[in-house]
This record gives sequence, C-alpha cells and structure tokens, in this order.
Amino acid sequence: MYAFELERPTTLADAIKALGGEEAQPLSGGQTLIPTLKQRLAMPSTLVSLTGIDELKGIKNEGGTLTIGGATCHADVAKDGSYPALSDLAGHIGDPHVRNRGTIGGSLANNDPSACYPAAALASGATIVTNNREIAADNYFTGLFETALDEGEIITAVKFPIPEKAAYVKFEQPASRFALVGVFVTKGANGVRVAVTGASEGGVFRWTEAEEALSSNFAPSALEGLSVPADGMIGDLHGTPEYRAHLVGVITKRAVMKAG
Amino acid sequence: MTNVTMTINGRSVSGTVEGRTLLSTFIRETAGATGTHVGCDTAQCGACTVHVNGASVKSCNMFAMEADGADVTTIEGMANADGSLGTIQQAFQDHHGLQCGFCTPGMVMTAAALLKENPTPTEGEVREYLSGNLCRCTGYHNIVKAIMAASGQDVSSIAAE
Amino acid sequence: MPADGGIGAPMKRREDVRFLTGTGRYTDDLNRPGQAYVYFLRSSVAHGKINSVNTEAAAAMPGVIRIFTGADFEGIGGLPCGWQVTDKHGQPMQEPGHPVLAQGKVRHVGDPIAAVVADTLDQARDAAEAIEADIEELPAVIDMKKALEDGAPKVHDDLTSNLCYDWGFVEENKGAVDEAFANAAHVTTLELKNQRLVANPMEPRVAIGDYDPAGDNSTLYTTSQNPHVIRLLMGAFVLGIPEHKLRVVAPDVGGGFGTKIFHYAEEAFCTFAAKQLRRPVKWTSSRSEAFMSDAHGRDHVTKIELALDADNNFTALRTETYANMGAYLSTFAPSVPTWLHGTLMAGNYKTPLIYVNVKAVFTNTVPVDAYRGAGRPEATFQLERLVDKAARELGVDPIALRRQNFITQFPYATPVAVEYDTGDYEATMAKLEEIADLSGFEARLEESKKKGKLRGLGVNCYIEACGIAPSHLVGQLGARAGLYESATVRVNATGGLVVMTGSHSHGQGHETAFPQVIAEMIGIDPSMVEIVHGDTANTPMGMGTYGSRSLAVGGSAMVRATEKIINKAKKIAAHLLEASEGDIELKDGAFSVAGTDKSVAWGDVTLAAYVPHNYPLEDIEPGLEETAFYDPNNFTYPSGAYACEVEVDPETGKVTIESFAAADDFGNIVNPMIVSGQVHGGIAQGIGQALLEGCVYDEDGQLLTGSYMDYAMPRADDVPYYAVDHSCQTPCTHNPLGVKGCGEAGAIGSPPAVVNAVVDALQRAGKTEVTHIDMPLSPSRVWAAMNQ
Repeated sequence: MYAFELERPTTLADAIKALGGEEAQPLSGGQTLIPTLKQRLAMPSTLVSLTGIDELKGIKNEGGTLTIGGATCHADVAKDGSYPALSDLAGHIGDPHVRNRGTIGGSLANNDPSACYPAAALASGATIVTNNREIAADNYFTGLFETALDEGEIITAVKFPIPEKAAYVKFEQPASRFALVGVFVTKGANGVRVAVTGASEGGVFRWTEAEEALSSNFAPSALEGLSVPADGMIGDLHGTPEYRAHLVGVITKRAVMKAG
Repeated sequence: MTNVTMTINGRSVSGTVEGRTLLSTFIRETAGATGTHVGCDTAQCGACTVHVNGASVKSCNMFAMEADGADVTTIEGMANADGSLGTIQQAFQDHHGLQCGFCTPGMVMTAAALLKENPTPTEGEVREYLSGNLCRCTGYHNIVKAIMAASGQDVSSIAAE
Repeated sequence: MPADGGIGAPMKRREDVRFLTGTGRYTDDLNRPGQAYVYFLRSSVAHGKINSVNTEAAAAMPGVIRIFTGADFEGIGGLPCGWQVTDKHGQPMQEPGHPVLAQGKVRHVGDPIAAVVADTLDQARDAAEAIEADIEELPAVIDMKKALEDGAPKVHDDLTSNLCYDWGFVEENKGAVDEAFANAAHVTTLELKNQRLVANPMEPRVAIGDYDPAGDNSTLYTTSQNPHVIRLLMGAFVLGIPEHKLRVVAPDVGGGFGTKIFHYAEEAFCTFAAKQLRRPVKWTSSRSEAFMSDAHGRDHVTKIELALDADNNFTALRTETYANMGAYLSTFAPSVPTWLHGTLMAGNYKTPLIYVNVKAVFTNTVPVDAYRGAGRPEATFQLERLVDKAARELGVDPIALRRQNFITQFPYATPVAVEYDTGDYEATMAKLEEIADLSGFEARLEESKKKGKLRGLGVNCYIEACGIAPSHLVGQLGARAGLYESATVRVNATGGLVVMTGSHSHGQGHETAFPQVIAEMIGIDPSMVEIVHGDTANTPMGMGTYGSRSLAVGGSAMVRATEKIINKAKKIAAHLLEASEGDIELKDGAFSVAGTDKSVAWGDVTLAAYVPHNYPLEDIEPGLEETAFYDPNNFTYPSGAYACEVEVDPETGKVTIESFAAADDFGNIVNPMIVSGQVHGGIAQGIGQALLEGCVYDEDGQLLTGSYMDYAMPRADDVPYYAVDHSCQTPCTHNPLGVKGCGEAGAIGSPPAVVNAVVDALQRAGKTEVTHIDMPLSPSRVWAAMNQ
C-alpha cells in the first residue's frame, strides 16, 4: 500500500468535511478496497473511515420500508430478517468474516459487476440515500464500477420497500465466490422486477422481458423460451458470454421458484 | 503516525502505527502474537482470522487504527486459564484437524465464532461457515469432524481414525 | 511398554499443541536483529529484452540500503538443475542458465529484475516503483506446440530451440509397440490435458539471510522441505560457500506439496545480500507474488493409445506427451515427466509393451516442477481415463476390464523399467466395492433422477513409485544427487532419546510417528523420544521430505541407527548381567537373560554408557549415539482403488461430489490417524484439480489466475466426508518397516475417479458424444460439453 492518512470521524458531518480534502476517499468495511490498496491500484492521500459513525448504522422497518444505514455490515442485515430475501442475500455474501466488516453502502458505492447487493437494490426499487439526495436505484447504477454518486458523496442509508414476494439466487464463480450470475426477483407494489448481477459487461441490469412475462404469471414456466442475448455478457475464464446468458434464464427461474 | 491501544487476549497493547498498518501486522509485530498468520493478500484464505469485539474478522483486511480501543482475541487467547487446550483446540488435536498448522489459528477462531452463533451446527452449516478459510492439508474432513465434536455432537459414525 | 504408542497406534500428534496455541515458529515469525527487507521488482511482461535498469533515483529514496540487479550476479553461479535427462538420441537435455536476477532478458511474468533492500518493506517497495527498467517486449511463446514450430521466438537465445529434450522410453521397444498396435483387435485413443496447477501451501515462502562476519558464517532461514539440499545447491553451485560455513534452517513449515523442495532465487539472494550488506535480509512472499514465483505443477498435453486383443487383454500402450518446463529448469523439473511419469505407465496392468515419448518444452511461463504426486498423477490420469474409455467403447464393465488386466504375480517387472515388489490390486478393488457400496449405486441413481440431477460413478486404480530413493537407480536416470536418508539417534544418560533426522516435517507428523517406531523397537513410552529436524547445524546430511519418502527412507535410517543402539546396549547389558551377549533379549524396555529372571532396565544400561564405572571399556566405547544412512534398493509401490460419485446439474453443468471412497495399500501403517489425514488431503487436492483449479495464461503470457479471486482452491463446502481404508496391506519387502508411503496417493488416485464419474453421468443421460472433458470440470466446461 501507498502511505495515506486514515481518519476515523464519529459524525457524518465530520466525515463529509474530511472527504472534501484532496484525494480523500471513503473507507467503509474495506473488504474490497483494502485488497485493492495492497495491489497499489489506488493511491488515496486520505481514507475516511465510515464505520465509526453510529448514525450510519442500523436497520429500521417502518411502514413496509426497510431502511438500512450505509455502514451497516452484511451480518447485521443477515440477522435482521424483516426482508427475508434481502437477509438471505446478505447472509451469503463472501464469508462470515467478510460479512462482519463489509457494508451495504460500501458494496453499492463500489458497484462491482459481480456483487450481490446491486441486484437487490435494483430489483427492490430501492432508494439510495446520500448526504445530499435520494437516488432511485433505477438511476443509480451507471456502469461497471460506476454509479450516480458524486465525488465525496456518501451513502447514508438505503431504503427498501418490502415486496410481497422476493428471492435471490446466486450461481457462484468457483474461485472468488462472487456471483457468476445472480438474480433477484420481486413482486410487489412496483409490479415484478428482475435484476441480474454478475453477467453483463454493463453491470447489474433489469431483465425487462422476464418482468413482463412474470407480471401476468409469476411462475418459472412463464420464462420458458425467454433468453437474454449473449452479446454484452461478460466472457472470462469462468464462463463464456453464451454460458452466462444461459445461466440468466436458469437462475431467474430458480429465483422465481424460490420466491414462491 | 498515530498511537493506538487495544486489548489483545486481555493484555493492553499500545503502539504507533501508520494509516496503512494492518491489524494483522499490529498483532504479529507490535503485540508479538505470531500465531495469527497471513496467507494471502485478497482476504480469502482466512489464516489471519481473529475476533474483534466478539466478531470474527480477517485481520489482514482491517487497519490497526480501526481496532483502536477494541477487544481483540487471537489464537493465543484460546487456551484455558490453566494453559490446557480449550474445547475446540482439544477437538482439533483429538480428531487430527490440522497438519502443517498454518491455517489452524484461523480455523479455530472461525470455529469459535460459529459455535457461539450456532452451538450445534449441521455438517453442511460447518462447511458453509468455513468458506472463508482455506486449508491445503486436511481436505477439511477432520476439521469439520473436530468442530462437530467440539459442539458436543457424536462423530463416531464419521469414517476413519 | 508402548501400550497405546507403538506401531499401529492412532496417537494424537504432539506437535499440535504448539500449532493450536499459536506458538509454532514459522520462518516469517523469525526476525533477526538489524534486519533489512527486500522487495523484488518483477517482470510484468512474459518476454522482453532488458535494455537498461536505472536504479539511481530509486537508490536515493528513504530507507534504501542498496539495489541489486542482474549485473551484481555476473560471475556468480545460476540456480542449478538437479537432474539431467538424456534424450532418445543419447544426447543430454538442453540446459539454459538461470540467473538469480534476470540478465539480458526477462522470460516470464514474475521474473525478478531487481532487488531493493531497505530498512522497511514499504520503503523497498516504494523505491522499486522508482526503478526505471527499459524492457523491450518480445513476442512470447506460451503454447507448447507453437513453441516447437520453426521460427518460434526462443525463450533462450543460446539454445537451438525451445525443446529441452525429446525422450523415448523405452526406445528399443518402439518397433514392437507399433507392431502390436498394427495387430490390435481394438485401439482406444484419448487426447487430454493435465492442466497447470499452483501448489499453494498456505504458508507463502519466506527467506532470511544472515551473516556473521566474525566467523564468516552464513545462515539461511527458509521455508524448505529439504534444508540440506538447499545448502548443497546454493552453497556449491550458486554462492560458492562451503557447507561448513553455511547453515540452512527450515523451522516450522506451513505445507510444501513439492513447491518447497526447490532452490529459489530469493533464497540465494537473501544469503548473498546479507553478506554483502552485513545485515540480515528478509523476504516474505505475498500470495500474489507466490503465484508468479513458486514453481508450478503438471501442465502436460498428451495423446495416449491402448491396444487390446479380441479378448480385451491389453497388448500395448503408446503415449506422446508435451511437458511444459516453463522459462527455466527448476531443480527437479526434467525428472517429473520422464522418470516419475514414464515408469508408471504400466499402472496396475500387465500390458506387455509400452512406449512413452515426452517432449519437454521451454515457454515464457513460470517454471514447472514437482507438485504432489509429480508425474505419477499425470500417468495415472491418462491411463485410467483411457481404460474407462476403452471399456465404454467395448461395452464392458470398466471394473471388470481392469480386473481382467490386473497384475497378479509379484514381484513384477514392468516393461517400463521398474519392479513392483508387492501389491494386491484385487484386494483393494474388493475393499473399494465394499466401502463405496457400489452395489447400492443404482438406487442412488434413481434418487438423483428424482431431484433432476445426473448421477455418475467413476472408479479407477492407481499405482505409484515412491519412497523416492535408490541412489544407484536414480543416478543412472540422471539425478545429480543421491536419495538416501539419514538419522542420528542419541541416547541420553537417563534413557531419553533424541533422533536427528534428515527428513523434514511440514505437516506429516514426524514428531509423533517417528517416536512410535522407536517406542516399539525398545519397548518404551514414545514420550521418551524427541525428534529434531530442519536445521543443517544439528542434523546429519539428509535429502528431506517429498515423494512420500519420509517413513520409508528416513524412518528406515532411524530404524538402522536404533538397531545399532540396541546392539551396543545389549553388549552393555550383557556385561552388567554377566551373561553372554547372545542371550540378551530386549523387551518392554528391559534387557534380560534368556531363560532366567535376571534383567536390567533400559535406563540402567544407558546410564552405564555415560557413567562407565562398571563397563566393558576394553570392547566398546562409552556413550550411546549412532548414525545410519539408509539407501534402499527399490522404490516402494503403494496402490489402490478409488471411487467417486457425482451429481451434475443438467441446467448449469455444476458438479457436486456426492461421495468419495479410497481403498489404499500402503503396506504397514505406523499411525493410521495420520495416514488417513494424508489421504484426505490428497483427495481434496485431486478433487481440486478435477473440478476447480487451473493456472491460466493468456496468449501474451499474462497470468490470468494470479490470486484466489480466479484460482479456485477447494473449500470445505466443495468436498464431502471421504471414506478411506488402508486395511489391505502388502508390506514392502525391502525396507525394515514394510512401509510404502502415503503422502501423495490421494492426489494421484483421485482426479480420474472424478472425471470418470462426470463422463459416466453424462453418458447415462444420453450424451454419448461426451467421452472426455479436460480439467478443471468447471460448470461452464461441463455445460459446454453437454451442449456441444
């Protein structure tokens, strides 16, 4: 790692202030960022740790909306249970130790194309709350490791409307155990939403054809004959674009079945 | 450089660290507790697993400053007060749950975290909980068996010595 | 009396206590006063001409002590190769130089260009980034067959081509083999890859060089399986330090699996730099660095053919293999695809005619050398996949075809130059059928069908040649070293013993198993025996631990030394008992006179040896300490039969291992608990190779699997509990313990079982066109095979 200053503010206001500095970068759970720093692929002058800020942590279930503080770790979401599909997802990110450190805000801010949380946020029609504004998930994910966040803007909370039915199924890349393809489906006030992670070169996306088919018949059979094009899917040593495209269909069916 | 103080296995340890100093480095070099091992640099092997305020973490994937004021337990803190092996440690010896010993501290710390959360796990739950800890020697058979035994479950029907 | 601690007892391991309490001492746990740190600047290109390396700005950076480049090693030896293979024309292999730091060219991603020594590791790494290395990238050769094409870029400009050797074995048999194929009733052919693997012991490599100017003594602390070998190779061939001025210490070592056998540049560098700088120099590999600097394993491309007569008897076997050497010859690399591979091609079968051709090839990749099993897994995989394919083509039961062709008479001289002393392949197959419940397979198949899963059963046999030794034989085969082992047994005055062994334990449990042998021999408690290993300063010259050799060779040396101890002790006892030496019996830790009640305890005899007041000084010397070197006259030949059941998800191609059973014949067993553990670990590595692991380069020589994010290591939930059995025992006839070695068997025997099972599952599902899938059988590959 290159040398940097590490600041540990205890209030959001202090964190925002610290992030105003030149080459300052937020540090949440660090489960992705620290390995990146070890490879010297990032060179921040200051890291501002968000995990010491109590107001960024915690989970509230009010009026059918689950609000999760940005610095809440995966293990806490897994334990919560008020949005079972989301807790199930959180309980299978990385491994137990990673789940004790990694946070929802960190995951969504990083927007790794193989991460789990982006699928949950997009399929749930979640709202990303930052220190400045609220961003609908549909407008938040803008590409590979790209989001609508501005420099110095941090995720303070994520609001999930709890759907009537939902499930997440992840097909793991054998080495990293990230999603080779992960599909989150929901059925609720927003209709049916299907979000796919791991597969596309553009990052997480909604599979609208599947959503339409499932809107009239929320059952795996509704997806018969539907497929996503291999064009634009990720191809690497763990799977060709064709394989990933195929998996999107299979895993979506399984997610629908799991959602019941 | 910043001064940090934490409790490691009941002993208060202070030291001066840089922002980039990892918790694993602090434990090994400042506290001199070399039982915590570093086996990779992508936070996957789990040899460096310790408990921070009761939660298992990969100490090579956390900065020392983030553990300032924390209560840290490492493998050196797992034996009984009289120095004899603790229940999990004893089960690892009884069931040959280790060979070269390098991953062992992380395995024991992970087993302790699991059994705290889930006192009588199934075999599948043990295997899943170990997904962040790599062992290249044992093929996991005897690690899983040792953890099952440490939880008080009968392992006599599991094959082999 | 060793009631529960002699040979055959599942004794708990004494070394566990330190590993379980965090008090083990691995190399990285050691620090020397005033120690500096080295960071290696490594090549980011696979092949390049070094135009210049400007270290001026870097040398001026904070904390930098000195920066070394290839120029600092001009006139100093390169890393030697310990094995010379002779090709089919009788010519020695092409043997390129291997400088400690790159000179002239870089030849693989990770090749060290410069070494920065600084007060701290961060300072060294910071300075390394300031080195201006002008490297002109050259076209790289990665694919072996392309590397052998005319006009291919040469890895080593001073060699005639990228061909290290073209080896024929046994060359004289080639005509007869070809004739047998011409006359065959059936020929089965299979082309396959045995993919490149990375050994990945959980402890990354570490080296600390130290120098004492007062005595002109150098010390190297290193993560090695064989400290004496490192002392010899590094001292004699690289740095020119005589052995009495060089000490090599390998303390607790966190796994080796072959990759810690070899002498590496970093070891030589730290030893060299410590003397130059008069400061200890420490290097600790990161895992990322390990992926591009630890020797890799396997990487063979093979075409294998089996000829059968009309009665399905094997009549001949013919193979052609391309073996990747990587960019340089690692310590024992040339021996792996030849003598550790070709000699095993008979397997468990009485195939009368065999011809093996191996072309070893230089490429712009990390050097390849022994990894658990080394050559024998490659041999077993080809042969056992081929026999399975033959059975399918002939419409016969694969187990029956194997049984029909089993070797049944021992000793058995194979057509590939080795003589199996003992074995009972029918017994291990029968045991396998029992422990794997093969008769219940059909019922399990139905259960899987109900779940929508494709179930398959794979069975295979294996034979290995291990207990790697006979010096007279390996010398003829090109080894530049002997392969004996040594032990010094020191008995103290009060009866306790210390065994100083040349074997090295890095997970194998020598500290527990070796004392069990002595406890049995003398009739004392094993706690009276201490094992010392891993330090050239206090152990006799030994060859170390690999090739499943520790107990078979090192244990035998210990037995020989202990026999000398007992013989001398009997003389002392005879004197004390005023009896004839021939009448003295040793039992339960006491010497007695046969047919009388006169006896003297072990401790009284040992005390007499050191307090020789009443002692036959005219006949024997005081003291009780003996050394033995043991060099057996043959390899040992463990064998067995393995079975794997898998389920394949037809929609995703994902394979899950439903069960795995191993019936092994290891000859006599000293500690069955440890033996089972060795088999478990080997099986997991074999399953890892079959389903998960693979080291992949792109066509430019960039390493695509440079971390655990892309190199899939087996984890606890990838594998099941294994059923292992080693009750079939045909003791080795030529070592005093009758042991055969068990360290590699699991890794040798398991990959074909898994692949056979997956192919079986697909065949049963009607995918008859799928006769082979190259490892690793990742979901995407299995899916592609099903949908080809």
